[in-house]
Amino acid sequence: MTAPAPLLFENVRLIDPADGLDAVGALLVADGRIVERGTDAGKSLPEGTQRIDGKGAVLAPGLVDMRVFTGEPGAEHRETLSSAGDAAAAGGVTTLVLMPDAEPVIDDIALVDFIARRAQATAPVNIVPTAAATRGLNGVEMAELRLLTDAGAVALSNGRKPITNAQVMRRILTYARDFGALLIHQPEDPDLKGSGVMNAGETATRAGLAGIPHEAETIMLERDMRLVRLTGGRYHAAQLSAAESAGIVRAAKANGLDVTAGVSINHLCLNENDIGTWRSFLKMSPPLRTEDDRRALIAALADGTIDVIVSAHDPQDVEMKRHPFAEAADGATGLETLLAAGLRLVHSGDLTLSRLIAAMTLGPARILGLDAGTLQPGRAADLVLFDPDAPWICDRKQLRSRSKNTPFHGARFQGRVLMTTVAGRIVHS
Amino acid sequence: MTNTLPLADTIGLPPGWRFPHPHLLGIEGLSPIDLTQLLDLSEAMTAISRREDKKTTSLSGRTQINLFFEASTRTQSSFELAGKRLGADVMNMAVASSSVKKGETLIDTAATLNAMQPDILVVRHASAGAVSLLARKVTCSVVNAGDGAHEHPTQALLDALTIRRHKKKIARLTVAICGDILHSRVARSNIILLNTLGARVRLCGPSTLLPAGFARLGCEVYRDMREALEGADVVMMLRLQRERMCGAYVPSVREYFRYYGLDAEKLSFARDDAIVMHPGPMNRGVEIAPEIADGPQSVIEEQVEMGVAVRMAVLQALATRLSGDRGTVREAGR
Repeated sequence: MTAPAPLLFENVRLIDPADGLDAVGALLVADGRIVERGTDAGKSLPEGTQRIDGKGAVLAPGLVDMRVFTGEPGAEHRETLSSAGDAAAAGGVTTLVLMPDAEPVIDDIALVDFIARRAQATAPVNIVPTAAATRGLNGVEMAELRLLTDAGAVALSNGRKPITNAQVMRRILTYARDFGALLIHQPEDPDLKGSGVMNAGETATRAGLAGIPHEAETIMLERDMRLVRLTGGRYHAAQLSAAESAGIVRAAKANGLDVTAGVSINHLCLNENDIGTWRSFLKMSPPLRTEDDRRALIAALADGTIDVIVSAHDPQDVEMKRHPFAEAADGATGLETLLAAGLRLVHSGDLTLSRLIAAMTLGPARILGLDAGTLQPGRAADLVLFDPDAPWICDRKQLRSRSKNTPFHGARFQGRVLMTTVAGRIVHS
Repeated sequence: MTNTLPLADTIGLPPGWRFPHPHLLGIEGLSPIDLTQLLDLSEAMTAISRREDKKTTSLSGRTQINLFFEASTRTQSSFELAGKRLGADVMNMAVASSSVKKGETLIDTAATLNAMQPDILVVRHASAGAVSLLARKVTCSVVNAGDGAHEHPTQALLDALTIRRHKKKIARLTVAICGDILHSRVARSNIILLNTLGARVRLCGPSTLLPAGFARLGCEVYRDMREALEGADVVMMLRLQRERMCGAYVPSVREYFRYYGLDAEKLSFARDDAIVMHPGPMNRGVEIAPEIADGPQSVIEEQVEMGVAVRMAVLQALATRLSGDRGTVREAGR
C-alpha cells in the first residue's frame, strides 16, 4: 500500500481524554501519525496535504471496542473480520478487540497468528485478538497463557463462558500475574441462571419467561473480587448489568484491587421493558435489566467505577434469532451504532461528551496497553470525525455487519460518524 | 585382604559428637554443627562405597525395615544398599500393596512392625506429618524418606554433600532452586539446610508452583529464570509431575519448558563453574534440556552416589545413639 497523503483537519472540536483537551482547532497527520494539534496546528504543511474542513464537528481518538465477536473462523456467514472491520470503520471504531469464541477457539498460538495476519490482510481497522483462558473455553484446563500472550494476544478471556471453577479461576489469575496479563471475565453463575432468558422480575413474570436473577452476576463477581485479592491478579469484568455489580467493583477499587469493568452500550441505553413483545433482537447475555439498574450503571460510568463502554458486538443470523424469545440466541450487533447510541447519554445530560469519549477510547486503550485512545502528537492517527448532533434513523438493512440483529432498528439517533482514519488512512467517509 | 582400607577409626563419629535426636524426621531443627558432622561422616562413607569390599559390620545384628507407603525405586534401593553396606539386616515392605489396602491404619501398621523389634524404620509416606506420627508410636529410630510435600532430609543432605565436594563450602554460595517448589519436599528440606549453613537461596517458578509466601522461608523469589540464575553457583532443578503440567498448574510442557526449563541459554546466566543438580527422576525436555542433564556441568549421577553415603551416615549416626557406643565403623572380620 502506498503511504496515505498527509491530512489536515481544520475547524474541528478536538477532544482528547488523555489531557482533558476540548477546544476548537486543527490537527495535522503525516506518515500515519499525529504531528501536531491545537489552534496553531497546520501553519506549515507537508507537500500534498489534504485539507478537511470539519465545520465544527468533533475530532476524537478512534474508538477502541473491547468486546467484539465475529464469525471468523468458523461461522463466516454471520460475520468475517473484513465485514466486522467495515462496520467498525463506519462506526468510528478503529481498534476492535476480538473475543476468543470462534471455531476453532482461539486457544493456540497459531490461531492468534492467523487472526492477526487475516485481520491485517482483510480488515480496514486494527483487530487485536484475545486468547482463550482455558482450552476450548472448557473452563478446566489452562490454555498456554504465556505463549499466547507472547504471540500477541492483548488479554486472556473466556469469552461468553464464565469460569465457574474457583480453583481454576484462582490458578489462571495467579499464573497470568507473573507476566502481567489481564483476564477479561464475564461473571455469571450458570446454575443460578438456569433456564432463565431475561431479567428476573415482574416483566419476566408477565411475559411468561424464566428469569435470571442479578445474583447470578453479583455472586460470581464477588467471588472474583475475592480471588483477585487472594492472587494479586489483573481482572476486567467484561460487562456489568446490575446496579449491585457496580457497587462490588467500586468497593474492590477502593480496596486497591487491580480491577476494571466494562458495560455494554445496550445496558446503558435499553432496559428489560424494551423487549416488549418478545423481541429476540434484545435477547442478550447478560440480560437487559431494570431501569434502576440502567441508571446505576450510567452513574457508575460517570464516577469512573466503570471504565469502558463496549459494543458487545455479537452477530447472529436469522437462523439463530428468528425463534420464540426463549429459543433465540443471545447477542446483538453494535459496532456501527456504538457512538450514536452513546451520544444519547450525552444529549440526555447523563454524561459529558469527554467522559463518553474516554470510556470508548483511552479507558480500554490503557487497560490493554494499546497505542490508541489519545490525540497526543506522535501517536497513531486513529481518528473519528463526527457530528454529535446530526439526526438519523437506524435501519438494520443499511448496516454493514453481515448479520442484522441490531436492537436499535428504527431508533432515532442524534450523532453520526463523518470520517474514520486508521494510521492516517481514511477508512470511512 | 589386599585392599587399602581406610582405618576403621577414621570413619567413626567425630570425637565428642553424637547425633542428638532419636529420629531423623527432617532438616528442620538440626543445628549447623550436626549437619556438618553428618556431612563429614558421609564423606568418609563415600570411601567405603568405592572400595572393592564394601561390607562393614557396624550395624551387624541390627534390623532395618524400609517401609514405603509410596513407591520409590531409587530412594528405597539407596537405603537398602546403605543398610547392607553397614551390615544390617534389611527388609523392604511395600505397604502400598499390602496391609493398607486391607484397611489397616498407619498406627496399626506401626504397632505391628514395632512388635517385630526393628532398630531402624525408614519410612516414606504420601502425607505430610505421617512419618512424624508413626515415630511417636514406635520405640525404634525412624528415618523420614519423604513425607508428602513436607521434608526429605536425606535428599537435602546428599545435595549438600554434592555441593560441598564441588564448591568446598556451602556458606555464601548462591543456590537457585527452580520448578515445582509448591509440591516439593526436596525443596523444603534444601531451603532449610542451605539457609542453616549460610547459603543464599533463590527460588524460581511460576506463581502457581511457587506461591509468594515462600519468601517467608528466607528465600528470594523469582519469576524469571535468567534473573534467578544470574551469578548462581548451584542450579537445582525439580521434577514436574505429569499430572500438573496439563492445564492445572502449568498449561503445557512446551510452555513450561520455554519459560522454566533449564537450557543452555538460561544456564549461561549462572556462573561458568555452576553445577547443575536434579533429585531425579528427570523429565528431559520438561524441566531440563537433555544436553544440560548429560552435560559437563551436571552432577546428577554423583548425587545418586552421594545418596548411599549420606544414608549410611544417617543410619550409623542413629544406630550409634541407640547402642551408646562410640560409633566406630567395625570392619568385617576384625
